[in-house]
Amino acid sequence: MSSLAVNVELPELQNPLMPYLRQDRIPHIWCPGCGIGTSLNAFIRALDEMQFDLNKLAVVSGIGCTGRVAGYLNVDSFHTTHGRAIPFATGLKLGNPDLKVVVYSGDGDLFAIGGNHFIHAARRNMDLFVVCVNNFTYGMTGGQVAPTTPLGATQTTMPYGNFEPPFNLPYLADSCGAVYVARWTVYHVRQLTRAFKEGLSKKGFVFLEVLSPCPTLYSRRNRLGDGVEQLKYYKEKSVVKNGADTRDVGLSFQGDIVVGTFVNRERPTWLEAMNEHFSQRFGDRYQPYGVHRED
Amino acid sequence: MHADPKGVLTGLHFIDGDHAACEGAIAAGCRFAAGYPITPSTEVVERFAARIPLVGGVFIQMEDEIASSIAILGAAWAGHKVMTVTSGPGLSLMMEHIGYAAMTETPCVFVDVQRGGPSTGLPTLPAQADMMQVRWGSHGDYNVIALSPNSPQECFDLMIKAFNLAELYRTPVFFMMDEVVGHMTERVAIPRPEDIEVVPRRWTSRKPGDYRAYEPGEDLVPEMVKAGDGFRVHITGLTHDERGYPAMNPQAQDKLVRRLVDKIRKNAHKLVDVRGENLEDADVVVISYGITSRIAAAAVEEARAAGRKVGHLRLVIVWPFPEPLVAELASRVKAFVVPELNLGQMVREVERVVAGKAQVVSVPHAGGTVHQVEDILAKILEVAK
Amino acid sequence: MRTEIRVGGLGGQGVILCGMIIGKAASIFDGKHATLIQAFGPEARGSAASAQVTVADEPIGYPYVRRPDVLVVMSPDAYTTFVPTLKEGGSLLYESDLVVPDKRLPTGAKVLGVPATRLAEELGRRLVMNIVMVGFFTATTKLISYEAARKAVLDSVPRGTEELNLKAFEAGFAYGQRLVSGEDSRVA
Repeated sequence: MSSLAVNVELPELQNPLMPYLRQDRIPHIWCPGCGIGTSLNAFIRALDEMQFDLNKLAVVSGIGCTGRVAGYLNVDSFHTTHGRAIPFATGLKLGNPDLKVVVYSGDGDLFAIGGNHFIHAARRNMDLFVVCVNNFTYGMTGGQVAPTTPLGATQTTMPYGNFEPPFNLPYLADSCGAVYVARWTVYHVRQLTRAFKEGLSKKGFVFLEVLSPCPTLYSRRNRLGDGVEQLKYYKEKSVVKNGADTRDVGLSFQGDIVVGTFVNRERPTWLEAMNEHFSQRFGDRYQPYGVHRED
Repeated sequence: MHADPKGVLTGLHFIDGDHAACEGAIAAGCRFAAGYPITPSTEVVERFAARIPLVGGVFIQMEDEIASSIAILGAAWAGHKVMTVTSGPGLSLMMEHIGYAAMTETPCVFVDVQRGGPSTGLPTLPAQADMMQVRWGSHGDYNVIALSPNSPQECFDLMIKAFNLAELYRTPVFFMMDEVVGHMTERVAIPRPEDIEVVPRRWTSRKPGDYRAYEPGEDLVPEMVKAGDGFRVHITGLTHDERGYPAMNPQAQDKLVRRLVDKIRKNAHKLVDVRGENLEDADVVVISYGITSRIAAAAVEEARAAGRKVGHLRLVIVWPFPEPLVAELASRVKAFVVPELNLGQMVREVERVVAGKAQVVSVPHAGGTVHQVEDILAKILEVAK
Repeated sequence: MRTEIRVGGLGGQGVILCGMIIGKAASIFDGKHATLIQAFGPEARGSAASAQVTVADEPIGYPYVRRPDVLVVMSPDAYTTFVPTLKEGGSLLYESDLVVPDKRLPTGAKVLGVPATRLAEELGRRLVMNIVMVGFFTATTKLISYEAARKAVLDSVPRGTEELNLKAFEAGFAYGQRLVSGEDSRVA
């Protein structure tokens, strides 16, 4: 139709990161302006930059929009039940300690129905990398109040505004014993990629909170505009404070967002503690579990 | 394949059913267990926790039964034979993951040491009141296998069978103990490892790229892989196609769910395990399982001593229910007597299969103890008149 | 032949272990059948403790003890609780410094007392009174053989305590033997 159309033979171009995805499952289900895909992009870039052995990576998700991440990644991936990604991942990791196990799920899944599992896995320092895409709402079920919904924000089950105080997730993870705690938004793609690389390299219970817009439900219901408007908000109100006291990083409705790496420390993992303990108890009779003998 | 000698305590032991069940699991190759303390089942995992460090494996006490019941599924996908152990209230909490295990076809054993219910009920006293819960407790259509031991020796022997069936059929297998069997101490003979047959996982012989996670074999069971071997599988509790990818349509649902049910239903003839006594000339047949079978056997013996033609059919595998066998008996006996430590659960299954061809009499008991021999005997004599 | 045994006493007296050793001796070392059931639950952890042992030549069906042929009691409470269940003509084995048999005994009961605590204290450890009871049980009931009982004791006690426990077993056994061969055994 257009007179400007020119017939040029373009070479078959492919995004170099496409092999990380199950291409036969694309298109994905996420809405325009949703940040889950951006977070996934940062994760894949981290894997690519690290040349991570994908055969030694397993991704475990719960239920919800973020829970679908497992299904799109071309690795051993497990889409489990609502809230139970962490205990499944615990079994998977203990079953094969050679695997890097990443739990990738949403705020409702990890902190409402799955909250108990989160605090205990952190307490045990289970060697898991837990990524929480926090969009302040239940997306898949239509925008109900979440344990992260800021005070005052409207949700279908808080139609007159939320009066429940939300969790401060980095503080929760920190106080339960996570060895690495960071928060970024999907606006901070470079920092996010770096955080993914750090998380993948770190041993022990690692927690990364990724703030993400949900334009379809959270933003629309609270008249916050589209995904771009939320990114502008992230850009304007984010303050980088590495090493910040996690008690001070709670979020308020459209208020300031403290981002950065808050915690980075060392502590024996559950498996290391078990092996150490039994080696002391049983001496040479004990063959450390999941440790390969060099013989 | 024979049992790994490392886990087998060959010899004679005087131990209770809970301890024997643990030994059976270890002999069967279980190297990962997760559990949460609950009476009267806790001794199983206590022993596992004490034994497993030197056998080579892991026990973890999780934060609840929900976590335990899915941690084992994670470990199964890492390649382990797995179990969790619980009792009524814990079993109720595990229901969603029993469905997940059925849907993802994850081999696993759920040990249920039954106690009186509903709710907290009678923590230290027996019942057989979870029989329908294990069959129908999770939502949706699926099928399971359940075994019912009646002694510590059987807690050992049948546990190996339970693990073997979990591997063969890739389905949750229930080990339906009760408080009496769990806490009763008797002689348990543990054979030599070379005399214990264990079924290995049905690993695929295919290469990555050539493998489809849910492509069934002739017996309707797909071959399995584990995480970390390069197959890049996707496992989901959503209705899925043969690749394992979500498929949200009625055709995919029908194909998958029908197969999940059929892989047990169509192999049910291979899953018959009963002990029959005096069935040839019987006018009346007592059908029982678990601890109740020991009381029923005593009642049958007394009835025969009194000149009544009474037989005893003891179900060792309770699910799938041995339909053809019971139907055949129904065509030639006058009545069935079904004692159980509940107010009538498996008796419904008997009634369904007998379909009016013979009288079916329940001998219900709300639990807390076992029947008196006289209670069962009285019913036998009543219908044998 | 089916013999039902009830062992009763206080938590901490080793009541369950006593029943365990009797059952183990019968089933592992004498080749009979034995079933042990222990009273289980919070109510068993405070004062009262009891074990039920059935010994038989045939496989055991009904697992509980209803009317014991032999009642072993190590406390007055256990005596009070269980003596009404003792079978007519059954045997009462009791700790003679703690329990006083009375007219609640069924007719024809054989009554055999042993100062098990004192015998244990003479060996230096009050704790082994339950093993004294096992020895006494072995000698007086003859339900389990001397060899089997001895092996079962060795197989059941903590490592390092074998010698002491064997002495306790022998002390109870000798006391019992004197009683059944002499005139001390009385019929109520």
